[in-house]
Amino acid sequence: MSVARIPFGALIGLILTALFLIAAIFAPWLAPFGQSEIVGDVWAPMSGAHWLGTDNIGRDLLSRIIFGARTTIFIAVAATALSFTLGAVLGFTAAVVGGWFDMIMSRLVDLLMSIPTLIFGLVVLSVLPSTMLTLILVMGILDSTRVYRLSRAVAADINVMDFVEAARLRGEGTGWVIFREILPNALSPLVSELGLRFIYAVLFLSALSFLGLGVQPPEADWGGMVKENKDGIVFGIGAALIPAAMIAALAISVNLVADWVLNRTTDLKGGRGNG
Amino acid sequence: MGGAFVAKLIAQRIALGVLLLLAVSVLIFAGTQILPGDVAQSILGQAATPQALENLRRELGLNDPAYLRYFRWLGGILQGDLGTALSNNRDIASALGGRLMNTLFLAFCAAVVSVPLAIILGLLAVRYRNGIVDKAISGFALASTSLPEFFIGYLLILVFAVKLQWLPASSTVYDSMSFLDRLRAVVLPATALTLVVLAHMMRMTRAAVLNVMQSAYIETAELKGLSAFDIIRRHAFPNAIAPVINVVMLNLAFLIVGVVVVEVIFVYPGMGQYLVDHVSKRDVPVVQAVGLIFAAVYITLNMIADIAAILANPRLRHPK
Repeated sequence: MSVARIPFGALIGLILTALFLIAAIFAPWLAPFGQSEIVGDVWAPMSGAHWLGTDNIGRDLLSRIIFGARTTIFIAVAATALSFTLGAVLGFTAAVVGGWFDMIMSRLVDLLMSIPTLIFGLVVLSVLPSTMLTLILVMGILDSTRVYRLSRAVAADINVMDFVEAARLRGEGTGWVIFREILPNALSPLVSELGLRFIYAVLFLSALSFLGLGVQPPEADWGGMVKENKDGIVFGIGAALIPAAMIAALAISVNLVADWVLNRTTDLKGGRGNG
Repeated sequence: MGGAFVAKLIAQRIALGVLLLLAVSVLIFAGTQILPGDVAQSILGQAATPQALENLRRELGLNDPAYLRYFRWLGGILQGDLGTALSNNRDIASALGGRLMNTLFLAFCAAVVSVPLAIILGLLAVRYRNGIVDKAISGFALASTSLPEFFIGYLLILVFAVKLQWLPASSTVYDSMSFLDRLRAVVLPATALTLVVLAHMMRMTRAAVLNVMQSAYIETAELKGLSAFDIIRRHAFPNAIAPVINVVMLNLAFLIVGVVVVEVIFVYPGMGQYLVDHVSKRDVPVVQAVGLIFAAVYITLNMIADIAAILANPRLRHPK
């Protein structure tokens, strides 16, 4: 398929997402300065040497944005991967096995979802240290409840299809049914959900870091950078808005791509399309 | 007979809410007590002697089994005793009272603006669906679900407090403040909160009304020549009230959570800021108490949403 057939919005989304990914992967080679290197005055304005100016203690803002892309995207990707693996496997298993397993898992998920994610995250982080591993685990497990609900609903629909019945009659085990029959057919709704969950992970992580409970300094991270530079706002210095705008740009571009993928996959299936 | 049935449904829903709240209290307690991490250690720091740790553990009752401590905690809460903060030894309940009021005031101001606005915009989007207004509203919704709260918040501060100097940059409120001053202090945070929930509420309203618009009686109304606004006002909206009430309640629950970040941005002395401060101090009793209050408000609003749906749907009043 040719590039010209991609809708304008999706194209912008794809380009921006690709740029963010490149920045994240090649951060040490792209960034003009080190992430904790003090190179100039406090909150220096934008200039030839420092394209975005400097931050609250004189570090190059552009370099920190690039390194921050790496931290933020890495943690969000890891948390999304965890929440999808956990949520999908448990959701499919609950739909296929049914019985007490389904009952216990579903009630547990109801319970977890009855507490706002941010509040529960804060409660847990009050006793656990804010390391990258804890952040990924907490975010991944809390978000897997949403994936569980979706994948259980999708799998319950597929589970009653004839080809699943046929596989069971030929004597395939539960593992085969889940991974070879249900998973391939449930992939398209799950993939479109992937984009939304990733955005949610980015926003959640940024909120935690902004509150000082996420990624710890001196590590650069977009939410944390907003926190570091927020005191400049009252002096009319917009340095805090730049990382915040990056978060927004990443979220919007992933959203545009996810929308497009969703429309395309439903079109392929002769489904509802744009309707 | 119908009335008794509805009463039974509502009673069931309330019982479920209470049960859920109990389960949540267990979860919050377990989440902070069973996970690795020692309260005594975090108060005294890494350099504490084993003897000092042991003394503090005994003083705090940490050597009792977990279920005993849970019932002591829950019993205290039911009598209005939220315990004392580890960091400054102050009574949590008295520190919370004023802050809870501040938070509710902020959330209330945001709700007063955002609810009618979202419903009107949602109806406009339905009236001009697939037109420019609808597209603009959808675009705005996409942008605002992707914008983090602090982007909106700091942008508002930069524009209205720093550049234009219309409003204060930090929303300090104190007891002796007049109502008007208080209102002036919450204008910016309430605007930020409104922008955070508006898009979501608007889209859900639009979806709920559109769903009704596809019914046969709407087609009849169209065929008998009613104008588009009359159709929405007289036929679509009354039938969409139940889902719309549901939408509003769910978004109020969402607003209560959004308050946490917004309060920190605007340095507003409410529950959210109190929670965040004490999470970084690792002050577990405060975190448990505030977490439970947030969860209780959230669960209650969700419960009211369900009850409103039951009351607004006549079909449920006549059991099959």
